[in-house]
Amino acid sequence: MAELTYREAVAAGIAQEMARDERVVFLGEDIGAAGGVFKATVGLFERFGPRRVRDTPISEQAIIGAAMGAAMTGLRPIAEIMFSDFFGVCWDMIANEIAKTRYMTNGQISLPLVIRTANGAGSRFGAQHSQSVENWAMAIPGLKVVAPSTPADVKALIAAAVRDPDPVIVFEHKSLYAVKGEVPDGETVDTLGSAKVLHPGKDCTIAALALMVPRALEAAARLQSEHGISCEVIDLRSLVPLDTRTLLASVEKTARLYTVEENPRLCGWGAEIASIVAEEGFWNLDAPICRITTPHIPLPAADRLEDATIPSVDRIVETVRRTMD
Amino acid sequence: MNLRERRKRRDAASAYSTPQEATENDSMTALDQPRPLSAADDDIGREKRLRMFRLLLELRLTEKRAYDLFLQNLVKGTSHLSLGQEAVAAGFALGMRRDDYTFCTYRGHAHTLARGAPMSGVLGELMGRECGVTAGKGGSMHLTSVEHGAMGSYAIVGAHLPVACGAAWSAQYRGTDQVTACFFGDGTTNIGAFHEALNFAAVWKLPVVFVCENNLYMEYTPIGTVTAVEHPAADRAAAYGLARTIVDGNDADAVFRTASAAFARARAGQGPALIEAMTYRHSGHSRADPAQYRPKGELDEWLKRDPIKIYRERLVSLGFPEVDLGAIEADTERRVNEATEAAKASPPPPLTLIEKDLWADGGVAWRN
Repeated sequence: MAELTYREAVAAGIAQEMARDERVVFLGEDIGAAGGVFKATVGLFERFGPRRVRDTPISEQAIIGAAMGAAMTGLRPIAEIMFSDFFGVCWDMIANEIAKTRYMTNGQISLPLVIRTANGAGSRFGAQHSQSVENWAMAIPGLKVVAPSTPADVKALIAAAVRDPDPVIVFEHKSLYAVKGEVPDGETVDTLGSAKVLHPGKDCTIAALALMVPRALEAAARLQSEHGISCEVIDLRSLVPLDTRTLLASVEKTARLYTVEENPRLCGWGAEIASIVAEEGFWNLDAPICRITTPHIPLPAADRLEDATIPSVDRIVETVRRTMD
Repeated sequence: MNLRERRKRRDAASAYSTPQEATENDSMTALDQPRPLSAADDDIGREKRLRMFRLLLELRLTEKRAYDLFLQNLVKGTSHLSLGQEAVAAGFALGMRRDDYTFCTYRGHAHTLARGAPMSGVLGELMGRECGVTAGKGGSMHLTSVEHGAMGSYAIVGAHLPVACGAAWSAQYRGTDQVTACFFGDGTTNIGAFHEALNFAAVWKLPVVFVCENNLYMEYTPIGTVTAVEHPAADRAAAYGLARTIVDGNDADAVFRTASAAFARARAGQGPALIEAMTYRHSGHSRADPAQYRPKGELDEWLKRDPIKIYRERLVSLGFPEVDLGAIEADTERRVNEATEAAKASPPPPLTLIEKDLWADGGVAWRN
């Protein structure tokens, strides 16, 4: 075991796969010589050289298109989009081209590629550099979507994404890059589509993703110590594929479900979770499902406003306490 | 100067200009010339010219058949015909190797056929039949035949230019000398992806040849009325450090020479090219378009320069026997008829295809 930051674990995951497979190549803006604007790719350029770690112009369509063309002709590219907000300028490539090509060509073309991006709020960057857009990706058939919450997970899920034969979008969270955690030594590879029960409980289930996971865990500790409420915290980790078994089994035990989502309210991923549990776990529920989300607004920049907008530990504690009464 | 040197010199001269026609007037002495050669024995040669003629006819007759089948309500959805633009598809395809990559647009029937995709597969796809190249899942605008190097038809304007960069990057990285050809219309030159891809390809020196088929209209609008320069592709080439190249897109030989030169440069690691082929579509933008916005007489003028007509006349003037050309025409007609019957006989795709092949495991599951 070694203690790594989340950003170091990102680089470690990419390095592990590049060392293993010559077909893995990496492209994006400022990823090479500069080591990434979030310093999540430090050392890769030095280790693997400019042929495999290629800096690009500010051309998101070209970056994603090039990854697609390379993937359909024998490589396994990793493309970085610096901020997930920039999906807006290459969404045609992601949603219309990459997601649909295998299906439209009746399976003639496979696209084993990874798109990594920095997602989420907490940096006071305002409405165009802070969004959580994992729900955009989740809505498009043909994309796999993961959002790791720990250094160990981000390394091993990147590895799983690289090895997966389909397009995978890895949403890294900007506010987690500095977080430290134990990462197992040696090669680690996770499984896409597996949720984790991080904290067992019996009174309610809290499903969370990415930055909302540590907040849900802290809230669960306070709800236990301050209010005697036992929460089961599930880190979904992957939205597509979605581990509904773990989720439904937890609700069967606890009879109550909360989702904690950073994405804006309408059509956030929690709505799909709520729909599944309402349809398939309804008779196990003792109370309405409750979604804790960012309001349906663009994100404000000022720290005071941003902090009050994104679901906080206090808001989770207060919402659960109030609705469990 | 022997023939080989003469060819080399001409290829070099024509690499980035509209190539000159054959060489019968070039000075040639009896000593240079071991045996009498006719003009048909030039750099293109007899065998390739017959292949070109056959291919031009295949594209023309298959497209005409697609239109007939539409009138019979057997082709559903939309379709964008290349009638009149066949020389671009044929000229480039004949310059390509079997392992090269082609990317094209929703106006892609001809490009897909030109790489060798079966006529029955193309017609079947238009008709929504199981024998279609994507078994009915893609339709007219997404013809794909990877085994023939036809890496897809893309229906969002400009989208495939960056994708073509990726295929070229892959060839460069893998150290093959495969080239990628990427075809698009004049309207594409005004969308962002065009400019991103051109710059990207130039900076990375990718083995990709971008081909603008300038048929004078972006959908229903004259391209000149919406573009800041006269030649929408060629006049932008300098912005990416590329040569300004315009070719007569109705002259299959000229297209072939320009294509061959660009491919040779790309294979040799000398980077991308941007070629503007001047041509004209005989029909409207799509099947919904009667093309009434065109000035009176314009179509007639272009019909005089119909690529199939002028190619046939050239072959006759080069001494190809009329009977051989007639035999190729009859044979192509027969093959298109057979392909039509095969497509008509093919059943509609099974419903099991709906929930198939979203993922590489063959399925569509998004949950456990």
